[in-house]
Amino acid sequence: MLEKYPEKVLKNRKKHITIVDTNQACQQIEANTRTIPGIITQRGCAYAGCKGVVVGPIKDMVHIVHGPIGCAFYAWGTRRNKARADDNTPPEKMFSTLCVSTDMQESDIVFGGEKKLAKMIDEVVEMFHPRAVSICATCPVGLIGDDLGAVAKAAQERHGIQVLSFNCEGYKGVSQSAGHHIANNNLMENVIGTGPERDPNDKYVINILGEYNIGGDGWEMERILGDIGYKVNCVLTGDTSYLEIKNLHQAHLNLVQCHRSINYIAEMMETKYGTPWLKVNFIGVEATKKSLREMALCFGDEELIRKTEEVIAREEARIMPVIEHYRKICQGKTAFAFVGGSRSHHYMHLLRDLGMEVVVAGYEFAHRDDYEGRQVIPTLKIDADSKNIPELHLSPDPEKFKDAHVHLNMSKEKFDELNKKVPLNYYEGMQPDMKDGEIMIDDCNHHELEKMVRALKPDLVFAGVRDKYYVQKLGVPAKQMHSYDYSGPYAGYNGALNFARDVANAITTPAWKLVTAPWEKQTQ
Amino acid sequence: MPEGEVVHTAGKINPVKTCQPIGAMYAALGIHRCLPHSHGSQGCCAYHRMHLTRHFRDPVLASTSSFTEGASVFGGAANLKTAIKNVFEIYKPDIIAVHTTCLSETIGDDLPTIIKQSEVPEGKVVIHANTPSYQGSHITGFSNMVKAMVTYLAARDEETIRKKRVNIIPGFVNPSDMREIKRITSSLGVDMIMFPDTTNVLDSPLTAKYDMYPEGGTTVEEIRDTGNSRLTLALGAWSSNAAGAALMEKCGVPCVPLKVPIGLKATDDLIMTLKEKFDAVVPDDLTLERGQVVDTLIDTHFHYQGKKVAIYGDPDIVVPLVEFVLTMGMIPKYVITGTPGKAFEEQVGAMIEEAGIEDYIVKAEGDLFDLHQWIKEESVDLLIGNTYGKYIARTEDIPLVRVGFPILDRAVHPLMPITGYKGCLRLIEMISNALLERRDRDCLDEDYELVL
Ligand code: SF4
Ligand code: SF4
Repeated sequence: MLEKYPEKVLKNRKKHITIVDTNQACQQIEANTRTIPGIITQRGCAYAGCKGVVVGPIKDMVHIVHGPIGCAFYAWGTRRNKARADDNTPPEKMFSTLCVSTDMQESDIVFGGEKKLAKMIDEVVEMFHPRAVSICATCPVGLIGDDLGAVAKAAQERHGIQVLSFNCEGYKGVSQSAGHHIANNNLMENVIGTGPERDPNDKYVINILGEYNIGGDGWEMERILGDIGYKVNCVLTGDTSYLEIKNLHQAHLNLVQCHRSINYIAEMMETKYGTPWLKVNFIGVEATKKSLREMALCFGDEELIRKTEEVIAREEARIMPVIEHYRKICQGKTAFAFVGGSRSHHYMHLLRDLGMEVVVAGYEFAHRDDYEGRQVIPTLKIDADSKNIPELHLSPDPEKFKDAHVHLNMSKEKFDELNKKVPLNYYEGMQPDMKDGEIMIDDCNHHELEKMVRALKPDLVFAGVRDKYYVQKLGVPAKQMHSYDYSGPYAGYNGALNFARDVANAITTPAWKLVTAPWEKQTQ
Repeated sequence: MPEGEVVHTAGKINPVKTCQPIGAMYAALGIHRCLPHSHGSQGCCAYHRMHLTRHFRDPVLASTSSFTEGASVFGGAANLKTAIKNVFEIYKPDIIAVHTTCLSETIGDDLPTIIKQSEVPEGKVVIHANTPSYQGSHITGFSNMVKAMVTYLAARDEETIRKKRVNIIPGFVNPSDMREIKRITSSLGVDMIMFPDTTNVLDSPLTAKYDMYPEGGTTVEEIRDTGNSRLTLALGAWSSNAAGAALMEKCGVPCVPLKVPIGLKATDDLIMTLKEKFDAVVPDDLTLERGQVVDTLIDTHFHYQGKKVAIYGDPDIVVPLVEFVLTMGMIPKYVITGTPGKAFEEQVGAMIEEAGIEDYIVKAEGDLFDLHQWIKEESVDLLIGNTYGKYIARTEDIPLVRVGFPILDRAVHPLMPITGYKGCLRLIEMISNALLERRDRDCLDEDYELVL
């Protein structure tokens, strides 16, 4: 696979590829470093991480993309993060279907685009009356030096609503990941913690962080958690509103679904408010069960534990027969998974429910801790590309900080007990879930994926839309795991059903038998 | 959506255009064994590949210079040189077609110089187009890349006499449309070079024998040889005229600008031009196809005649589409394109007025937000345009016929032509059916009829 590479490329790429060997104590993988110019990569940019992933789904804000037209256009509705009106957000405050761009022209590049941006904010506020406005910077804006912060501040004063500016120019960092960080910082600094107090009698209040409600995933999680008795305070940022994000600090426990995109907020909230966080995974029947049980332990309440088991039993009784049907089709098959910065790991669990193994897995924009676990964080070197994203140095909030055990309404002793059983504030990464001989690849590119598909002939490949079609031309079914091929949800119990059906269909669709024309078969 | 009068002057809300590089990337894919290369940060390239892939549901490969902050400050020369070296070694294309992004444009990277200083293996080529996204649209980007093919590659061999052959620049249309234009041209017995040509690239078959470079695309040699053709047809002023003019200037090949052959009249014009310039005989098959279109128009006119329609999209598609709906007796009430150019307003306005229609709005550099506001004032019976109009379609409960780029929520369209006489039939079918579906859905039980 690597022999075709020029020497320098070879040297670089080698470090991003690990063949899992469980006898070795700590296998290192290189991640979050620059993409080699010329390589056909799966990665996107900081803007995509900031506007596309974290900020864009906030439904009651108008999001203005400051730049030439394209960046706004491509992020318009393409992530399938669903949103609906609810008690907090009436239909007239929903702006999810808008694409707003300052459409910079040459004169704006030459003379600066601040005036145009300010005018656009004025018009948008006047027309739509959003609760808040965001401005996201694209590549040229950073270069010409438009001061987004100043424009935002002035507009905020003019209109009396919050105007958030994100300096998420595409060239920052080495992938989308930089944008996640920028978005996390800004929300943490300026929005979270500014909402009114919640009713102190509410029990089991949780946030789901790093969940974007693609295909309705977040709603399925809310359904299950609601049935058990949890109060979902906010889903960040699937079907969420600015109002809800302001209240993020009022939860007893943060759940972290996508570790890469949102761990910053979880960590910062831990520092500032003392809120403990738990890495969960609602992708997969077994994984969901494990997550639900760990959550219940966190609150240590007998009633909650009982209700948890009840819901698990009820849901499994309902879905397992169907899953069993699909399992017969999928059993023993192999898959590759390349998505995001947590998902490849999540889907391993769901595929195992179906009797499949993920033999090659990797992420587009992960950091080493997403593979190797958070214990490597202190050893990570900060390179030039990460340096330009400022770290927020927060200290405990004098009024709102509470110790973790107080958040969870238990004694210090009980909390220490809990900590031995449940990995609070920790993520172990993908590696421990992989077996000997399986391959972990960071920032896998077209050439490598093509070679591996040819060599290992998996039964299914999970990737983004850009890789889906050439994999299929190779004769291997492929599913888009960013948009789910217009299906979903894939989370929770209903999600597992949808996923099992879609995977089985992908493998068994009759057309795979028709690839060779009958007359070509005869001549062979 | 706001109620009543609104003031919207700055920027775009729900645009009908996107940025130049995606057009350049699409054009470059129409060269055989070409790897498009995006000179800028990798996000743009990721987005452009994503959108093209979603529209065509086929692989779209392109490399990128992967700028980080350093390159953005100190210039991207080193990144591009490394990229060119790596691309030739790893992916082995015959040609790399580089386009800029707004980032490398803003820095002012001097591409011709960087390319000259790069290691290009014997027999391989690197071409480039400047595609600043703060000008024009994806159509401008397409046009710029097609023009670059001419300026870099086309040549006139002095000793040879001109070949009895036509160059066809098809414009930013689907592979199916290119295929249809080629079919018509060859049925007239005229030799041609189409460039760019994405047939067999973006509508390639699934054979399980994947090749990174599919069979299709105009070869570098063919593009070089366009300089020796007798004539160029530039289909679509916005996407093809610049290349046609460049070829005229560089190699003296005369150029006839035509509309993209959408609708009866534009298809007639294409055939007549070929007939006259090449003394071609129009085969009976084409006369038959044309007759079928006329027959269908007569048979179905009462489904759509007098209906008001809003059309949005790229100028080279929208202009002949307006011409065709006028042929159908429909009323183009609102017509917009995102691509700048006053000529659009003049041309479309003149066609509508010639049809005796007074009450209409035409806007270049409009957006779908404008269109929605107008529709709320006075509605239409039908929308024709890309996927993004579906929000208006739903809120205002108007049927939408999907035509143009991009179509992200329906399949098969890139394989079905809207050009030529076959395309006329398809458009009539889509338009009639959309309106009839609507009528069936809305009518009272007692009005629900078997035969319409
Ligand atoms: S930065 Fe420029 S070239 Fe890139 S997507 Fe945005 S508008 Fe297009
Ligand atoms: S892992 Fe997380 S998810 Fe995948 S695309 Fe995400 S943000 Fe991105």
